[in-house]
Amino acid sequence: MIRVLLWVLGAVLLGGIVHLATVLVLPRAASQDAYSRLVPLTKVNAVVPLPSPTAEASIMPFMDPAFTAAVCRYDLSSGVIKLNVPLSQAYTSVTFYTRNSVAYYAIDDRAAGRRAIELDLMTPEQHAQVPEEEDVTAADRLIIESPTTTGLIVLRALAPEPGLMPMARRALANAQCRLGPVQ
Amino acid sequence: MRLLFGSCFTLLLAAAIGLGATWMTITRGIAFGSLSIGAWTAWPKSGSVDIDPYTRATIARTGELPIGVGDGVAFYARTDDSGHNFDGRCTFTVSGMTPAARYWTLTLYNLDGGLVANALDRHGFTSEEIVRDAEGRFVITVAPQARPGNWLPTGGIERYVLAWRLYDTPIGVATRTTKEGPMPAIARKACS
Repeated sequence: MIRVLLWVLGAVLLGGIVHLATVLVLPRAASQDAYSRLVPLTKVNAVVPLPSPTAEASIMPFMDPAFTAAVCRYDLSSGVIKLNVPLSQAYTSVTFYTRNSVAYYAIDDRAAGRRAIELDLMTPEQHAQVPEEEDVTAADRLIIESPTTTGLIVLRALAPEPGLMPMARRALANAQCRLGPVQ
Repeated sequence: MRLLFGSCFTLLLAAAIGLGATWMTITRGIAFGSLSIGAWTAWPKSGSVDIDPYTRATIARTGELPIGVGDGVAFYARTDDSGHNFDGRCTFTVSGMTPAARYWTLTLYNLDGGLVANALDRHGFTSEEIVRDAEGRFVITVAPQARPGNWLPTGGIERYVLAWRLYDTPIGVATRTTKEGPMPAIARKACS
């Protein structure tokens, strides 16, 4: 009896380890995560508008239908990303996700001010190469560090009512995401 | 012999416990650091680098991209304030006030996060479209048949989720009390 209980206790402990290991490995092994879904629809280092969710089809679950979205799937291995998003009349936001869908930075139009959201995205190594004076003179350009070399920049513009959707789409159509030199 | 049998039994049981627990936690959406106001629950940390491993695994499975904390916060409700599950064949009302936010949107989804087909092609409301009374209060009627005022069609599906998203809002990781964020009340009215 005691022996059986010991085997069961061992199984429970081992099961706990299996559980923790699978939870930690799953984000890396997932084949249907947001990044994988967006790969066939997007280009590397370019802004691509996403189709709005409908009752028939939605690229990702729980997309907000009041927003129009565009994605820049980035790869920082050969340079830094210069992002420029003109603001729409209502509400515009930019969210940065790692390769594994972790939102590591988000900014909205009010925090950005002026007429566009302008950012430089680089890896911590590339940021270290930026000369210090450069950092000062370019103080009005926000520098964001990406924890991963690849990831997603999601641009969202709100259409406060359905009739304003074309306005929101036009604003995002002028957004630019291009590769620039490291320095 | 007994040792062999015992270790096989242990390994099989361990695999079943471990994988079963993972499946349960990920499909049920167990997440830490939730913020509940009435029937509404948000996971503000899921939009930041402080996201917990369970939420990370869940979004990797569903393919969702959570709202970033600098953008806004999303509250979800599956029941009314007294715990009745949403039923698309019944009438529910969502009414009252909202926390401070520059914009908000309310959206109705099926349990998989897809929009629900309906004749009006209406899937939700934004803070700009809603009809309010003189004091700024509103009533949204979530019902299968057309209603006067703010009608959100359910399409007659059995179960659904309401998502309330606040954009540019002080509500977030630091919010602790319901006083800071008065969320709209949800009540079941009638079932057809």
